[in-house]
Amino acid sequence: MQYKNSVSRKTFLIFNNVLLIAAALLCLLPFIHVLAISFSSSTAAMSGAVKLWPVDFTLKSYEFIADRPAFIKSFVVAVERVVIGAPISLVLTILAAYPLSKGKNNFKYRTFYVWFYMISMLFSGGLIPWYMTIKYTGLIDSIWALIIPCAVQVFYIILLLNFFRELPKELDEAAYIDGAGHWRLLWQIYVPLSKPALATILLFITVNHWNSWFDGLILMNRPEHYPLQSYMQTIIVGKDMAKISEKDIAILKLVNDRTSKAAQVFIGTVPILLIYPFLQKYFTTGIVMGSVKG
Amino acid sequence: MSRDRLRRELPLHIMILPSALIVLIFSYGPILGITIAFQKFIPAKGFAGSKFVGLDNFKYIFSMPDIYQVLWNTVFIAFLKLVTMLVVPVIFALMLNEMSNKHVKRGIQTMVYFPHFLSWVIFAGLLIDLLSPSSGIINQMIKAVGLEPIYFLGDEKVFRYTMVITNIWKEFGFGAVVYLASLTGIDPMLYEASFIDGAGKWKQMLHITLPGIIPIVVLMTILSLGDILNAGFDQVFNLYSPQVYSTGDIIDTLVYRLGLRDAQFGPATAVGLLKSVVSFAFISVSYFLADKVANYRVF
Repeated sequence: MQYKNSVSRKTFLIFNNVLLIAAALLCLLPFIHVLAISFSSSTAAMSGAVKLWPVDFTLKSYEFIADRPAFIKSFVVAVERVVIGAPISLVLTILAAYPLSKGKNNFKYRTFYVWFYMISMLFSGGLIPWYMTIKYTGLIDSIWALIIPCAVQVFYIILLLNFFRELPKELDEAAYIDGAGHWRLLWQIYVPLSKPALATILLFITVNHWNSWFDGLILMNRPEHYPLQSYMQTIIVGKDMAKISEKDIAILKLVNDRTSKAAQVFIGTVPILLIYPFLQKYFTTGIVMGSVKG
Repeated sequence: MSRDRLRRELPLHIMILPSALIVLIFSYGPILGITIAFQKFIPAKGFAGSKFVGLDNFKYIFSMPDIYQVLWNTVFIAFLKLVTMLVVPVIFALMLNEMSNKHVKRGIQTMVYFPHFLSWVIFAGLLIDLLSPSSGIINQMIKAVGLEPIYFLGDEKVFRYTMVITNIWKEFGFGAVVYLASLTGIDPMLYEASFIDGAGKWKQMLHITLPGIIPIVVLMTILSLGDILNAGFDQVFNLYSPQVYSTGDIIDTLVYRLGLRDAQFGPATAVGLLKSVVSFAFISVSYFLADKVANYRVF
């Protein structure tokens, strides 16, 4: 189609594109600003001189953080929960999605299980009962409290089961004729064919694990067991000055609250930045595929 | 079940067992724990030892001076968020659809999706710095044009709108994904045919694009009904302070303080129960409507 753009159309396009670019910059510039602050000296940051580029470039804020055992420990805990928790979650999702993707003819109790999972999505006992339940399972203060309770997300089961349903029925029949049972059909045929959906789900699970802060805060009794985001919550938002040691106070004079917070905000962002290219590649198709049929 | 069927279906039951168990313990378990709402619960005594007090906890909640304010704050913030998060992403998607340069388009998408993937802890850290009345860059710009600094997070008159707007900022990009995908699903032949009939871009927008995405907009609206009481705990908790409780305190933050900070387990559970019941009603209605109006089935 060849359009001869009228003047009004051209003006509209200019406005349109400028606004869009402004919106995009709005999402990007604040991070650059905080990044600049983290690399600036405390006096520069305090005086408001820092806009988008560091003033009096210094790495002191990052040295300060690297030196703090609490920060490093919480980073390790976060990595632990992701590395252990994400695969477990993925496997459980696969194991639940496969049976549920079968029709009633192949799986008589399917409807029962569907209602079972549905109701758990619709109604929740609330924060206190949830906490008490976990208390009674004895998981409090262990890494497993960050892994098991959140291991099953019905949303991802639905996403994957819809994907499984799109796979051709001939596969099932061929496998059955060849004498393969459900296990082989699932792991040797369905899973290899589902790599995009699995990658999407794994990425989302990973991001959720990395970003979880509340469960770490209330399910862990000791700050040494906090994952990264929980630790950052106490520092950035919780303002828990009681946890600062003497050595820290001396360094704080040099580095100042604002720059060290900026550095921590940025470090908290880095892992997401690193997997972001992969996220982008997969999630558009994944979200659409799973949540809206047709 | 016949022997044969059992043998064939047993693997399926075994497969689903672990996840079903986890859901049973950690989703249904807490539902049993709702009895706490009807007890004067003391953890040391457990369920069996704690005294049953009927509706006392509920009477207590409704006698709290701020309870109606908390309920109002919750609905106010949640409603504004629902409306803005339906309107803004749609408009953004429509605008982005008009842009022809594919590379700039990709670049913009990359940038606007990003904030969604950060936790509210990180984003709050960012906002606390940016919105600071003394040293934050936004207030610096405001002061530069001669106006008084705005206490975005400390002024109770402003706080709720800060919540709504910063939420848009964080989520509008990702929220637009579904609409962008829907727009690409509109048959290009429709545009070609209309062009031949003499339709300009504006007419095409009115008669092809908009009708093309209305179904998905309707569906998303219906599905968002279930969130009517979710004003956003993660966000509010990390950005609020006692100065803004009067307009910023929501049901979830109240439950948190009552239950986990003040150890008033009974009343906290009671509030949570009320929220769950109302939300359940709304979600059920929304799924029913989604099925009838938009042919959308969750499973």
